[in-house]
Amino acid sequence: MILRKITNAVMFMLTGLCALATISVLFFILGYLVYYGARSLNWAFLTQLPKPAGEAGGGMANAIAGTAKLLLLTALMGVPIGFVAGVYLSEYGRGAFAFAVRYAADLLNGVPSIVIGIFAYALAVVPLGHFSAFAGGVALSIMVIPITIRTTEQFLRAVPQSLREGALALGASKSRTIATVVIPAAMRGILTGTILAVARVAGETAPLLFTAFSNTYWSHGWLEPIASLPVMIFNYAISPYDDWHRQAWAAGLVLLALMLAANIAARMILSPKAGRA
Amino acid sequence: MTDVIEIPPGAAPRRAEAFKPKLHVSNLNFYYGEKQVLHDVAVAVPPNRVTALIGPSGCGKSTFLRTLNRMYEAVPRTRAEGIVTLDGEDVLSMDVVRLRRRVGMVFQKSNPFPKSIFENVAYGLRVNGRMRKREIEEAVEHSLRRAAIWDEVKGHLHDSAHALSGGQQQRLCIARALAVNPEVLLLDEPCSALDPIATAKIEELMFVLKESCTIVIVTHNMQQAARVAEYTGFFLLGRLIEFNKTEVIFKRPAKKETEDYITGRFG
Repeated sequence: MILRKITNAVMFMLTGLCALATISVLFFILGYLVYYGARSLNWAFLTQLPKPAGEAGGGMANAIAGTAKLLLLTALMGVPIGFVAGVYLSEYGRGAFAFAVRYAADLLNGVPSIVIGIFAYALAVVPLGHFSAFAGGVALSIMVIPITIRTTEQFLRAVPQSLREGALALGASKSRTIATVVIPAAMRGILTGTILAVARVAGETAPLLFTAFSNTYWSHGWLEPIASLPVMIFNYAISPYDDWHRQAWAAGLVLLALMLAANIAARMILSPKAGRA
Repeated sequence: MTDVIEIPPGAAPRRAEAFKPKLHVSNLNFYYGEKQVLHDVAVAVPPNRVTALIGPSGCGKSTFLRTLNRMYEAVPRTRAEGIVTLDGEDVLSMDVVRLRRRVGMVFQKSNPFPKSIFENVAYGLRVNGRMRKREIEEAVEHSLRRAAIWDEVKGHLHDSAHALSGGQQQRLCIARALAVNPEVLLLDEPCSALDPIATAKIEELMFVLKESCTIVIVTHNMQQAARVAEYTGFFLLGRLIEFNKTEVIFKRPAKKETEDYITGRFG
């Protein structure tokens, strides 16, 4: 009787402590970023180009725009492939091939991002002869595909079979049923998963190191090396200058704010109150 | 396969009323993988009448209904063998889109699309060809009127269909099926999730609708079959045990199995 109560109390405390540890980590990171980064976060940081080493001030406007451009490429190249493959797995995929695709997607998800970086280097940097935003987009696309596949498949599978039957019974073909009933019914979930997937790769550094490389200046078009927030954080953090260290913290804060915004947007899309049906 | 059609005794209606069947089924066998779930089903469904199919759970009545518009094809590893004709045309080899346009279906659980009321009813029209906006609007209103739900929804056609009550959703699904002017309407236990008032509305609807189409309804509710159907078929273990005028099935069934089921001795 007493032993049972003690066991109960111990278990409660143990689980509670672990839960507390989890959220503490997040708040420590947030606190650190704000403490060290907020001081360097000013209008110049968001609008100016980096200053040469040794000169104080300057900003990371090119890296912020660069991250945006890289994510746009990811959304245009990786997301559609992952989405369509996810539709295949959910609606058509049966047998050995579908099993192989599903398994490959899970494996691809687990491939270290640095390895994906090397692969994208061989695929898109070597043939072109130079680093480019495009190559960075390829690397990030490869990372986003498996996540998009699995979220798309998962949300499509959650669409009740009765809806598919309803459309088929009205004489709709299978592809039409998928396009006009199944996908719209799952669209909110898929959109949410996609936003989170893109936000997740927004912070990747390793795949960009030898694909997008970096750039001290603005990057024009899609075929020049391009600066990005994660690579900028990496470069500034390993530099010997205190001012750069502070700017790296500020860049970290901006990156985290972007992800937080993406998360909130995703939750708003997914919440049942947003939009009818 | 032999093309001699042998209708087992009791499966053919007595010659009380001569008719040219709308749907004619003979030697129908159906398989889920290796498992045979329908055995030698033969039946002639009269036009512009309500035909009810009754029987215990798992007897094959829903599976049978799904062979009439080939909905079973959505399930992998299913196979139907035998003869099913719609006005003499072979159902099993007909273009499936054309078949389902002629043979509509309403399901046990109402399944409105997550779209507006209007778009739900317009769906079948859009699928089946281009129509002018005006024509679609007219057809939607006409279908909603036929399904006796127009007065309840006319003010908010562009609201989500999911805001409707269960009974309204089911009548919306009927309107959706009616929009493409089907010749046959298959109802798969359409009232099993509805309260008595909503059920009564759908039963009333059947009386009106049978003037313009042939209705086949699967129901586990024998009173419902007795109320709405002119003809009734009793399924047991994948076989159509008996098919006749409803009053004969309920008052003077020819088979002992039918009588046992009707009187509640099992099932």
